Amino acid sequence: MSEAVRETAAETTMETGSAVVRDPTGLHARPAVKLTKLAKSFDAMVEVRAQRGENWVNAKSPNAVMKLKVAHGETISIRASGVDAAAAIAALVGLIERDFDG
Amino acid sequence: MVEGTGERVLQGLSATDGMAIGQVVLQRAVNLSVRTAGAPSQERQALETALAAARCEIDALTAGADELAGEILEFQSALLEDEDLLGGIFDKIVEGQGAHDAWANVIDMEVAEYRSGDDEYFAARAEDLVDLKSRVLKHLCGADAGPAPRVAPDAILVAEELTPSRFLELDWSCLRGAAIRGSSPTSHVAILARARGIPLIVGLNSEFDDRIDGAPAVLDAKAGRLVVGPDAGTLSRARSKLRTMNADRLAAQGLIDRPAHLPNGEHVSVLINADDPAILESVAPEHCDGIGLTRTEFLFQDGHLPDEDAQFGIYRRLVEWAAGRPVTVRTLDAGGDKPILGVTPTGESNPFLGLRGLRLSLRSPEILSVQLRALARAAALGPLKVMVPMVTVPDEMAQVRTLLDAAVASLSEQGIAHAQPNLGMMIEVPAAALMADRFDADFYSIGSNDLIQYLTASARDNAAVAPLADPRNPAVLESIRRVVAAGRARDVEVSLCGDMASNPDLIPLLLDCGLRTLSVAPAQIGPVKLAIQRYRGPTQDHV
Repeated sequence: MSEAVRETAAETTMETGSAVVRDPTGLHARPAVKLTKLAKSFDAMVEVRAQRGENWVNAKSPNAVMKLKVAHGETISIRASGVDAAAAIAALVGLIERDFDG
Repeated sequence: MVEGTGERVLQGLSATDGMAIGQVVLQRAVNLSVRTAGAPSQERQALETALAAARCEIDALTAGADELAGEILEFQSALLEDEDLLGGIFDKIVEGQGAHDAWANVIDMEVAEYRSGDDEYFAARAEDLVDLKSRVLKHLCGADAGPAPRVAPDAILVAEELTPSRFLELDWSCLRGAAIRGSSPTSHVAILARARGIPLIVGLNSEFDDRIDGAPAVLDAKAGRLVVGPDAGTLSRARSKLRTMNADRLAAQGLIDRPAHLPNGEHVSVLINADDPAILESVAPEHCDGIGLTRTEFLFQDGHLPDEDAQFGIYRRLVEWAAGRPVTVRTLDAGGDKPILGVTPTGESNPFLGLRGLRLSLRSPEILSVQLRALARAAALGPLKVMVPMVTVPDEMAQVRTLLDAAVASLSEQGIAHAQPNLGMMIEVPAAALMADRFDADFYSIGSNDLIQYLTASARDNAAVAPLADPRNPAVLESIRRVVAAGRARDVEVSLCGDMASNPDLIPLLLDCGLRTLSVAPAQIGPVKLAIQRYRGPTQDHV
């Protein structure tokens, strides 16, 4: 379910990925906190977007991630730019695919 | 106010059961001191100090917190480090707002956003923001949360509000219960109190003033009633009720390791529901007559069931735990309130009336066949029974039986040890309840939760129709009686494994219907056995 696509923007390299939320209650508080904590461990700018939504939000903000209200079965898209962007994408996709180690 | 006695009744909503007799400790609303804003740099500093102090307190509470408490505290702690959220607040300070106004205004806006829409989960999370808001304001405005409740061994806390983190801070070994004006029975505070067995009333809607502080009081949490300054009669009734409750608790405890008998000596089997086999670690097999329901939805990982060998290992452990007692395993019951990604269909207009339970299993019999093979192998090790959910018509049972026979035949051919397990059905669909005797089932197990929901056409998670989803509805009881009659006619066992069997108040009704096998939540073994022992026969009016 993971995909890592490399898009070359004007100056920076944007890494992207996606994964499906498996928890029956969706992306609730605990997973949202785990996701933001993991995102914060990277220097890269990391953003996430819900399948139903259009807005990209800061993956390091628990409040913003919670407000996406990602439901069970929904795909989260992730994009990152910066030195460790590829590693950040891999880590976040892995966390979601492992159902947040819950 | 009852004339002449001085007794005052404060009415609210029941958040938990239980009762307490003690003395009111009034927690006054926090009066925040008026704060004059300084220069932006000072305000920034003030907010940072308050955030750090709040964070310190919350992190201290997190140690040793259980699942829900941990989720609440972690989320609040994470919000205190949320740069986006805090950035907006610091921006307002730069624009000239005082730290307290900037903090309160931004959080209030977030709270409104969480509460918008009809998502109960997010509405409940708004409580966390409100909780955090008052904690930070308390530090900013220099007010403490009022005097800490006096350490009296019989204190009953009465307060305007009780936030989840404040609840977790209080020393409940010194408090017998609480009554608060705010909150609701579905709030986090109510859930925390239920998990800890603390008597709690929420939504107090009667006026009260400071004079109740220190007054004797009776907290009847089940009735949602706080009686302040109880008269002698109220007090003696409360004492007697409390004594009865405590005696019942002890009596139930004393019955846990004994078989359940009706007063006439007839045995009633009390089995347990294993929602997740992990629960078996905390239950002694001697305390029950077996496992009446093992759910298998928990097995699903990564969109598929574990392979046959892995499943066999899990079922074998159940049989070994039960040590000769019967173990009933329900085949996968996906759909309805238990969606499983990649298995249950998406986009159904009404999943509860759609492809769920056996209907889904018969659509993809390869999943079911693996499960049946693993179950037949485990049946060689002890009395294991297979139960299928959501059966509607006899042909569905015939199809499952064909699949089970095929699984058994292939195991024979391959020379793999196995036994033919009994194959029974859940009775959840009214069509099956009415015509149970037409089904080729080796046993019937009544799933009362779904049966009630389908009979009364009332969703169990919709508060607006919850009173209609009444287990005492005569149609529910009549359906149970019909299934019991079908079981007698066909000489097969009938049990009930829904929530009804775990409610001691409903046990007499189930016994009236002729049920003699009940499968209950492990925590309810004692209270259910006590209700069985006290059964006085069907002549009594239980309703």
